[in-house]
Amino acid sequence: MIAAPAARRLSAILPQLVLAPSLVATFIYVFVFCGWTIFISLSDSSLLPDYSFAGFHHYAELWANRRWNIAYTNLFVFGTLYVVGATAIGLALAILIDQRIRAEALWRTIYLYPLAVSFVVTGTVWRWILSPATGIESIVHHLGWMGFRFDWIVQRDFAIYTVVITGIWQASGFVMALFLAGLRSVDQDLVKAAQIDGAGMARIYRKIILPGIGPIFIAVLVVLLQFAIKTFDLVYALTGGGPGVSTTVPAIYVYDLMFQRGQMAEGAAAAIMILAALSLVLVPYTVWVNWHRRHGEAHG
Amino acid sequence: MASLTLRDLNKTFGSVEVLRGINLEVDAGEFVVLVGPSGCGKSTLLAMIAGLESVTSGEIAIAGRLVNNVPPKDRDIAMVFQSYALYPTMTVRGNITFGMESRGVPKKEQAAALARVAALLQIEKLLNRKPGQLSGGQRQRVAMGRALVRDPALFLFDEPLSNLDAKLRVEMRTEIKKLHQRLAKTTVYVTHDQVEAMTLASRIAVMHQGRVQQFAVPRMVYDRPANMFVAGFMGSPSMNFVPAEVVADEGRPAIAIAGANGPAVVLPLPEPTPNSLGDRGRRVVLGVRPEHLTRYDRRLREDKPHLATLEAPVEVVEPTGAETMAVVRLGEREVIARFEADAAPVVGERVTLALDMARACLFDAETEALI
Ligand SMILES: Nc1ncnc2c1ncn2[C@@H]1O[C@H](COP(=O)(O)OP(=O)(O)OP(=O)(O)O)[C@@H](O)[C@H]1O
Ligand SMILES: [Mg+2]
Repeated sequence: MIAAPAARRLSAILPQLVLAPSLVATFIYVFVFCGWTIFISLSDSSLLPDYSFAGFHHYAELWANRRWNIAYTNLFVFGTLYVVGATAIGLALAILIDQRIRAEALWRTIYLYPLAVSFVVTGTVWRWILSPATGIESIVHHLGWMGFRFDWIVQRDFAIYTVVITGIWQASGFVMALFLAGLRSVDQDLVKAAQIDGAGMARIYRKIILPGIGPIFIAVLVVLLQFAIKTFDLVYALTGGGPGVSTTVPAIYVYDLMFQRGQMAEGAAAAIMILAALSLVLVPYTVWVNWHRRHGEAHG
Repeated sequence: MASLTLRDLNKTFGSVEVLRGINLEVDAGEFVVLVGPSGCGKSTLLAMIAGLESVTSGEIAIAGRLVNNVPPKDRDIAMVFQSYALYPTMTVRGNITFGMESRGVPKKEQAAALARVAALLQIEKLLNRKPGQLSGGQRQRVAMGRALVRDPALFLFDEPLSNLDAKLRVEMRTEIKKLHQRLAKTTVYVTHDQVEAMTLASRIAVMHQGRVQQFAVPRMVYDRPANMFVAGFMGSPSMNFVPAEVVADEGRPAIAIAGANGPAVVLPLPEPTPNSLGDRGRRVVLGVRPEHLTRYDRRLREDKPHLATLEAPVEVVEPTGAETMAVVRLGEREVIARFEADAAPVVGERVTLALDMARACLFDAETEALI
């Protein structure tokens, strides 16, 4: 008689109980550490946390630093080229595979494979491929064409593009898989109707299929952008940030400051700047998703 | 000149034969309905006419031109899909003008054609909406509009009404009929609904297992079905089938239905009998529609010279309002008879039935073909 309501109450709160630890962990992990990082960035911490308030002085220092400016510029160069390149190549691959080619599963696996390789391995392998001493340049030299040069990886002004190439190599298969799933979900009757309407294949893709998978474009862009902003291990394994500091990206800079040089406050400030770049992407996306959902609900 | 000619058309998917030996000739201005149960190959046939499916063997000619290898866009056809297939990211206006834009029709003509179709289908107010913002019936209209905006040699419809609720379906059916009477466009219309087929068609092609079973005007398909499949498929409630035997009754041709536990019921056949009737002892199937089996009344004789009478016990009574259907026992079979509401029988009653032998059909028991 007494046990029944208690059991009912227990079963009512059980879901919350089960979810609570992970919710608490997420909360601490995201908000508490974010807050703490902001706090540190405003303090005078160096090797160890120090809670004396120092104001925005570390941010000013950060932006006065040439290496940070290179890193932040690199982030935008790399981010733009990487996202555009991986999207374009991934989409092109998806459209090609969508033409009902033979051995489709094989191609899909081949293109998806790079994603299964870790960033560190990717970076290392591509370092060998791109290095003039071991890679493409040396092979071509062995073939007898001595004048051939492909040494972007050791050129200050070009090294960042080797990071872009490697990043695109790794991501475009993943992008292809996303787009292919989208293309396959398009109602084939639409394509038939458009064929009868007299549209060629190019026009059908441009006007009907691609607009139909608009949400997938957004998803791809968001995933790639946050990959780009977080990029660390790929660059570390490929160029180590060099030659010089030419391929430094913000994540490497943060790592250096915090764990190599003991400038914790300035590192925290840099980390907050990365967060700012991320929210530049994620906030509009979240707003768009919410708007889209409400819009979709309003009109069935 | 025939608007559409299909000659010995076959279609196989891998090793599966989906269509076999289809021969159809559709005249200009006709409204031909392809009707048949699910999976009989109606959509496949329509897709082949549209050029969306390849032809395994045989010929398709539209307006006298062989089109076997002509792509859909050059076949001079317009099609309405079961799913409507409206372009979801375009407005209604964009949906209707997409075809004209693809073909490079000047903007001015596009606007004129759009205005004409929008007025015809009363969708002027919807032009700036997206398909997602329309009701089922409105989507249906837009899909029709997209087809009507061109002036093709042939209209193709694949179950355009099957996604609508019952009431709307009847309304749109009437509207399609009106449209066809007004525009007189050659049309091939696919449906699995036999009522739709009867009401819309100028001729019906009944399909089953990849073959055309009968291609004739609706009256003919209903009154003289080519075989038992057609007889059973068209009409609701469906035709009654009773096994019988050809006999002679006082020297006149007749059929006998074995009684469950009594003497056989003998029904005289109207003369002259068809030559193919065959000898005494042949096993046949008597097909009678419920409306030709009703309570006997002397006055019925006046305009029905071939009335036969028989007695049968009533087992189930189903009033529908306007009329009453009753299940009666005839020999070993249960058959459905139709009664006027005010002459409805009661369960257990032994009712005297009048059977109009002039309207009854005889089928061969083996081949199931009409005799
Ligand atoms: N691409 C295909 N590959 C193999 N078999 C197919 C293919 N398309 C259709 N079929 C088969 O062909 C037969 C006819 O299909 P179809 O779609 O023409 O039927 P339908 O008469 O339109 O039926 P419904 O009334 O259900 O729409 C079916 O048995 C179907 O399984
Ligand atoms: Mg179908």
